[in-house]
Amino acid sequence: MTSVDLEQVSRWFGNVVAVNDVTMHLGPGVTGLLGPNGAGKSTLIHMMAGFLAPSAGTATLDGRPLHRDPEIYREIGLVPEREEMYDAISGWDFVLANAKLHKLADPRAAARQAIGTVEMAEAQDRDIRTYSKGMKQRIKMATAIVHEPRVLLLDEPFNGMDPRQRLHLMELLHELGDQGRTILFSSHILEEVEQIAQRIEVMVAGRHAASGDFREIRRLMTQRPHQYTIRSSDDRALASAVIAEPSTSGVELVSDATGGSVVQVQATDFAAFVHALPRVASRNGIRLLEVRPADESLESVFAYLVAR
Amino acid sequence: MNATVASLTRRNLLGRKRTLVLLLLPLALLALCTLARISANLDPDIEQDLQGALAPDLLGAFAIAILMPLLSLIAGTGSIGPEIDEGSIIYLLAKPLNRYSIVVTKLLVAIGVVVAFGVVPVGVAGVVLTGEVGAVTMGYTVGALAGGVAYSAVFLLLAVLSRNAVVIGLIYALIWESLVGGLVPGAQALSVQQWSLAVVQRVLGDSAQRLDVESAVGFGAALVLLTVVTLAATGYAGRRLETLRLNDDA
Repeated sequence: MTSVDLEQVSRWFGNVVAVNDVTMHLGPGVTGLLGPNGAGKSTLIHMMAGFLAPSAGTATLDGRPLHRDPEIYREIGLVPEREEMYDAISGWDFVLANAKLHKLADPRAAARQAIGTVEMAEAQDRDIRTYSKGMKQRIKMATAIVHEPRVLLLDEPFNGMDPRQRLHLMELLHELGDQGRTILFSSHILEEVEQIAQRIEVMVAGRHAASGDFREIRRLMTQRPHQYTIRSSDDRALASAVIAEPSTSGVELVSDATGGSVVQVQATDFAAFVHALPRVASRNGIRLLEVRPADESLESVFAYLVAR
Repeated sequence: MNATVASLTRRNLLGRKRTLVLLLLPLALLALCTLARISANLDPDIEQDLQGALAPDLLGAFAIAILMPLLSLIAGTGSIGPEIDEGSIIYLLAKPLNRYSIVVTKLLVAIGVVVAFGVVPVGVAGVVLTGEVGAVTMGYTVGALAGGVAYSAVFLLLAVLSRNAVVIGLIYALIWESLVGGLVPGAQALSVQQWSLAVVQRVLGDSAQRLDVESAVGFGAALVLLTVVTLAATGYAGRRLETLRLNDDA
């Protein structure tokens, strides 16, 4: 089992604080690193990859300091965000060169397997300069997994991939995570983070804004009103009964697309509200037909964190 | 020395455009020398000049003062600079490789390019001018090699330190060495060109004075300076590569 640990890590460049007092533990499985541009995601990944020393705090791989130790790359695979590679050589030559640089016992077999895994065998003999963005991403991925690392760090790996390639990479990351590898990827494609990450780490303006399961994060943010859309046998009666509950801060009766009505409730205390709602409905003889969180998408969670 | 790093560096360095640029200077040298040889064959006075100070003058002014610094600048910075600028160096740095071995490998590739496109043409130019593999040809070939090694190490270090390595290198090679070095006697001691000339002078031996070849520094000092500068530049480049900040860091 391999873990990457950041302990009260900060990194500044001159007067600019890129990462501020972040403590993060990465264990086996897939973790998504989410945050807007300039949030410090790449700086964080570069510290985890040993390229940058923290200005304060420690960054370790199984307790070993990551910075200035080339031996860590036997355990770490990296997919950088930048697209540039050695464009004048073929995909096969590049992946093979990476396998040789890792001093693998059978670099050709390793390169063949990595290229097969990312489904680039057909285009492997073409120069990298002729590849589409998505193909370059897949060759980058092949170079990162050619030595079967226990830790995989991917900076925006879905950039430029078409939906089929994305799906394939998502399956691959799932598979690698299930094998017990420690995987961290950053992405701005929020639905994908939601779909494949078992854990999510959110960075906002250099700070570690949230950590955990996506729904956990959502629920931990108690200051944020949670919105629910409710359909019932008597919406007006439900609205008046629900607003009397201390766990709600607003109720609105709105028409829906079918001409009927729904009750939109803003709850300030998630836990209290989900307990109170069935009790209130039962007491007033109202049947709850549908209770749906109105803003559970990662997009809304993220927007809230950024604005906080 | 790492064969894979060498292969990647060579393929990167000898792209079609850069190879053409690298070929231009030695071709110009050879064209000039061939022209001098044809003129000498037609005119006995020119032949006499060529047997005197003209051949060393041509080789000193073109090969040692222009060809070697410019070629080394292209090869030394080109062996690592573009990878750092583009960020593709990350594929070498994310490997269990000693950073010093990366730098030494790249330097050896740069020196190989300088030998192929500079030192060998200088030797050929010497033979074309003098008609023999004599002291002049040998002196300038060895001098070019000594200068090429030191220049390559310095320019490789510059490329690790700065994104403006080519400009800084040009300023050093053309302004410092040619202009300041020519006007300020003290500055000549800090000139790779003068150190190369000291090697040439040594190989020429007694005929150096007759051929008007004189370096501003003695051979011993030049040898020490060439060695120290090459080793120090290479060592420091390796150290800086250990802590290299990649461009997409904030």
